[in-house]
Amino acid sequence: MRRLYKTLQGEIFAIPGRNIAVVFFLFLCFLPLMTTQPFILRIATFASIYAIFAASWDLLYGYTGQMNLGHALFFGISAYTSALLNHHFGLPPWITVPIGALVAVLTGSVVAIPAMRIRGIFLALATLAFPIVMTGIVFVFPDLTGGELGISGIAPLARSRVATYYITLFVMLVSIGIMWKMTDVKSKKIRLGIILLAIREDEVTARASGINTIRYKLLAFCLSGFFAGIAGGLYVHVMKIAGPSTLELMTSINPIVWTVFGGIGTIYGPVTGVYILFPLVEFLRVVQEIRTLLFALLVIAILLLMPEGIGVWIRDKAECKCPRCKLVNFATRQICRACGAQLHLAKKSQH
Amino acid sequence: MIKTILVNGIMIAGVYALLASGFSLIFGVARIISLAQTAFYMVAAYATFILTSQLGLNVPLSALLSVALTTIFGVGVYWLCIDRIREHETTVILVTVALAIFFQECLILKFGLYQKSVPQFIEGFFEILGTRVSYQYVIALLVVVAVLLGIWLLLYKTKLGLATRAVAQDREVANLMGIKVRKMCMGAFGLAVALAAIGGAVVAPIYSLDPYMWMHPLLMICAIVVLGGLGSAIGSVIGALIMGYVETLVVFLVPMGSFVKTAVALIIMIVVLMVRPEGLFGVTFEEERL
Repeated sequence: MRRLYKTLQGEIFAIPGRNIAVVFFLFLCFLPLMTTQPFILRIATFASIYAIFAASWDLLYGYTGQMNLGHALFFGISAYTSALLNHHFGLPPWITVPIGALVAVLTGSVVAIPAMRIRGIFLALATLAFPIVMTGIVFVFPDLTGGELGISGIAPLARSRVATYYITLFVMLVSIGIMWKMTDVKSKKIRLGIILLAIREDEVTARASGINTIRYKLLAFCLSGFFAGIAGGLYVHVMKIAGPSTLELMTSINPIVWTVFGGIGTIYGPVTGVYILFPLVEFLRVVQEIRTLLFALLVIAILLLMPEGIGVWIRDKAECKCPRCKLVNFATRQICRACGAQLHLAKKSQH
Repeated sequence: MIKTILVNGIMIAGVYALLASGFSLIFGVARIISLAQTAFYMVAAYATFILTSQLGLNVPLSALLSVALTTIFGVGVYWLCIDRIREHETTVILVTVALAIFFQECLILKFGLYQKSVPQFIEGFFEILGTRVSYQYVIALLVVVAVLLGIWLLLYKTKLGLATRAVAQDREVANLMGIKVRKMCMGAFGLAVALAAIGGAVVAPIYSLDPYMWMHPLLMICAIVVLGGLGSAIGSVIGALIMGYVETLVVFLVPMGSFVKTAVALIIMIVVLMVRPEGLFGVTFEEERL
């Protein structure tokens, strides 16, 4: 108990970013105790789902540098798979969602084949095409997919709203935890994060250092597809309808907006972005007519002011790395909490 | 049937060629992916609509005016929004998409979701090989060809074009040679917007206008520039011809073709990419210096 408290004090209470994360986590856990309004719970549920979706995009771009402008493909394919399985075979959500995610993994490996050959901006423009092609396929088989109207009458995730909320929250926390741990650059045991970063920075050098870049890029696509697939499956069972809107351009653009807003290449960035932007946009429904207009303006304004993203911006303001021992401190401290070195010395001498 | 396909295909291909060469030009010179390119096409079409229907000007004059106004507007947007975030690749893509959505929403607010139409330059048609071809198509096609030739002359026969190509090849060295890189980027963006605006103004009398008209051409020009090779002018034109005809063929020959026309065109792009990753006329850029 004492040791646990010591670890908590050293690893969490002393670092501002983690403080915020813990407070936010507790807030999410106790949200249904504070309010059970359907509107707010619904927003929180969808925010959890979209957090997984946005983080899976970040895994692919922020870490591996593979720009995917068609991320809706994974989301939509998993959504349709789950919906079809549930609709025709009556399988429960806890089977359909994983199967949907696995189909998304398969799709990820298919998409990865052209991605092996093309790079950077070409890849971005090519991936833009995939969900559109899929939408075409959906429209060609209206008997199976329901065409424009989609598949409705899908079993809900749980009976009550609160239970649905807790399930999505739990899945979100586990998924984000897995993604965060897997891509932890400082980790000595799991080297995936640092390898993916190496591929992003310089693919040729990474290959020259003995990294099988093709295998790791494939892995990144599959992982990203898996988590996006989970998000898609959950979405269908919460929304109770799977339509072509899961494949449209905005579904691909949204995770990018959230991620860039929160901070690219951080995993916590997209989560921050979703939990700030998504509720904001939902509350803008009050002014239905100019909602999208305001959203577009907001995105432009934020990106012009903070091109690095709000998550990174807050972290830079609140945290301060000790120049001597590289330990993270509160920015308000004068001296480092471990070694006692002056924290703001470098900045002062600049002025 | 074949003649209708030929005529319609070349019209679509011409507009795509204008849009795609502008897109390619911006990428080549400024290294910006401007997804707002087709939004300016829409803005110009709507500007023509406003000038003709609401202010009562005659059609050719309002088309000219709308091109000029849209170009000025585009340069203003570049100066205000894009110039300062030019270095952040993803941010630029997002901002340009947001701009496109912004224009779309403004137009919905002002004109609603209904389709609008603009009167033709000259009424009437003549017959070639038994197919009716309206004068408007001929004018539009002539304008497109003339503009593409003009761009080619500008890029390859003038000092300004030389500077533009120098910046596209190597920014740092171009800068050292005394070329104002920032101004060239702005100029390239303005030129691309002008191309899109000309496209918008000439097709306004042919197609109907609606606030979502930017989305489909955007996907198509993405496919075209990837197919033709990003940064290659001739590639854009050839790519536009291929995609324009593929689209028309699918619409006319395949049942439910209008649903799958984009899908088929994009599948062709993916197949080409698998075989030739740099596109048909690809210019492979050297890795940029950091």
